[in-house]
Amino acid sequence: MNPATCGRRDPRVAFAGTLLLAVALALAPFAVGAGAGIAWVRVIDFALLYIMLALGLNIVVGFAGLLDLGYIAFYAVGAYLYALLSSPHLAGAFPSLAPGLHWPVWAVLPLGALVAGGFGVILGAPTLRLRGDYLAIVTLGFGEIIRIFLNNLNRPVNLTNGPQGITQIDPIDIGGVSLGSTLEVFGIAVPSVYLYYYLFLAATLLVIFVSIRLEDSRIGRAWVAIREDEIAAKACGINTRNVKLLAFAMGASFGGVAGGLFAGFQQFVSPESFTLLESIMVLCMVVLGGMGHIPGVIFGGVLLTLLPEALRYGAGPVQTALFGKVLIPPESLRMLLFGLALILVMLYRPAGLWPSAIRRREFAGAGRSVEGDRE
Amino acid sequence: MSNVLLDARRIGKSFGGVQALRDVSLTIRRGEIYGLIGPNGAGKTTFFNVLTGLYSADAGEVMFDEARLNIGAPHEVTRQGIARTFQNIRLFANMSALENVMVGRHLRSRTGVIGAVLRNKATRIEEADIADRAHRLLQYVNVDARANDLARHLSYGDQRRLEIARALATEPKLLALDEPAAGMNATETAALRELVESIRDDGVTVLLIEHDVKLVMGLCNRVAVLDYGEKIAEDVPELVQRDPKVVEAYLGGALA
Ligand SMILES: Nc1ncnc2c1ncn2[C@@H]1O[C@H](COP(=O)(O)OP(=O)(O)O)[C@@H](O)[C@H]1O
Ligand SMILES: [Mg+2]
Repeated sequence: MNPATCGRRDPRVAFAGTLLLAVALALAPFAVGAGAGIAWVRVIDFALLYIMLALGLNIVVGFAGLLDLGYIAFYAVGAYLYALLSSPHLAGAFPSLAPGLHWPVWAVLPLGALVAGGFGVILGAPTLRLRGDYLAIVTLGFGEIIRIFLNNLNRPVNLTNGPQGITQIDPIDIGGVSLGSTLEVFGIAVPSVYLYYYLFLAATLLVIFVSIRLEDSRIGRAWVAIREDEIAAKACGINTRNVKLLAFAMGASFGGVAGGLFAGFQQFVSPESFTLLESIMVLCMVVLGGMGHIPGVIFGGVLLTLLPEALRYGAGPVQTALFGKVLIPPESLRMLLFGLALILVMLYRPAGLWPSAIRRREFAGAGRSVEGDRE
Repeated sequence: MSNVLLDARRIGKSFGGVQALRDVSLTIRRGEIYGLIGPNGAGKTTFFNVLTGLYSADAGEVMFDEARLNIGAPHEVTRQGIARTFQNIRLFANMSALENVMVGRHLRSRTGVIGAVLRNKATRIEEADIADRAHRLLQYVNVDARANDLARHLSYGDQRRLEIARALATEPKLLALDEPAAGMNATETAALRELVESIRDDGVTVLLIEHDVKLVMGLCNRVAVLDYGEKIAEDVPELVQRDPKVVEAYLGGALA
């Protein structure tokens, strides 16, 4: 299909569609909350966080083609930064800071993006000459190092409070309205998870917008060029070092924002939330959904957050109904099925569940018609 | 302005035990088509790779356009005005033909992250200019009918010409082509020949590695011959053709 013609839709249809989508998104928490329970609204909040993470990783993996297995470290950086700057915790180590730092969210989140972006550059710099497997191993190590630091930076100065994590984090506060407790709006009680939903939705839309704009720009083309052929990209005058570092930084900054939102939402952070498994989960969202294809990545994020939760709630009762007792604990079943699904997708839909038109053709074609060269 | 565009001085490069280039010096004048020929393995591609910064030279230096060429960084070489194609075509296989050429504009455009996200007026103007030039370059090399097709789906001849368009997008002073006619049929070769001539006529100096001796002899203003990493001749084609060393090393059979 020609992308030029399929983008040309009736503007009225497009407008109606957008309006419908907007209404659906606005009413979603109420519908889900009434239909399935408030726990599911919480799941949707997490789905939004994961979409942001997946889109951030998509810049590195999907656009620039650099495998990153330690991406969750940037989420951790954003989360801990928020935790330190918006909680009483630091007052423990530095009594002069009593009663702790309580920075406003509009300062912490951009700072989180910046600091995480800086960490992205720090990770990126030593890996510039690496590709594929080697890059994967180094980034994996980086992710683990950050987590180990978080686990151990409670001595000699208690920065991170070690494995216990940081508690009593301030809920996110927007213009004096705390999202941490139920809010009365025109006589309707809007629970905290609903409020966070709207904030996360806004942040996700912003991240999607930035992703789309970047993809369709000089920078996005340079990323994809590097993914396609690094040597040719250099010969075209692209400073591949800088452009790769930019990809790492941009991807990491999305993770930093998501991390800050996560910390305010949970009001608690601990190293446990930032394990290798989480990195792999986000990578799976990108790969399963359709690497480099923004709608596919969003789809992957939603799917891989909702499905495991559905299993968590559904697997127990279903087994009881079938066998009279729970044979496999839902938690193990979740990972089993997840692994199976991954293998099936890689076997039957290697381009992802919802690949871009281009990528679908790429995998459909037999081998690359453009051969690499020795240089 | 001196009429010498590129002056390579005593370039040396070895791979382990193999001396791929030994003391190679050559000068390319503005506005000419300069041929670089030699048997397989003579070091022609290696010379290109050194010149364009993909390999670091063991010895020698290159003066380009009256300045020392920074042959440490490929993108700097391109910025200074040397663009190249590859012996084994290297396109961005899964980008459209148009996008391939647009990437070639990277160096001559400046939109950063902020401009890209805000898509302000300057960005929009620049993007329109990039797309416009890319379209015109595709027309120039006669691949415009396939502008929206993936590069990997183009015919071999089209891929070769697309690679030339992408190189031209960087606005080079010197266009270096590594065996552009390899694998082309007679019609495609004739079209390529016309293309190279028109590129020269439009003011871009051309450095051409070629296997097809007839093409080189008919097309080039001057020719250098490499053999086992050494330059054994450099002159106008008529004289090079008759040079006994050249005949012995390489041309013998082909010219008989
Ligand atoms: N990356 C490399 N590593 C090792 N040897 C190389 C490399 N590139 C070229 N060579 C060697 O250098 C010599 C010249 O090769 P090349 O420049 O490709 O020749 P030509 O392009 O003239 O056919 C050959 O002996 C080749 O094997
Ligand atoms: Mg060669």
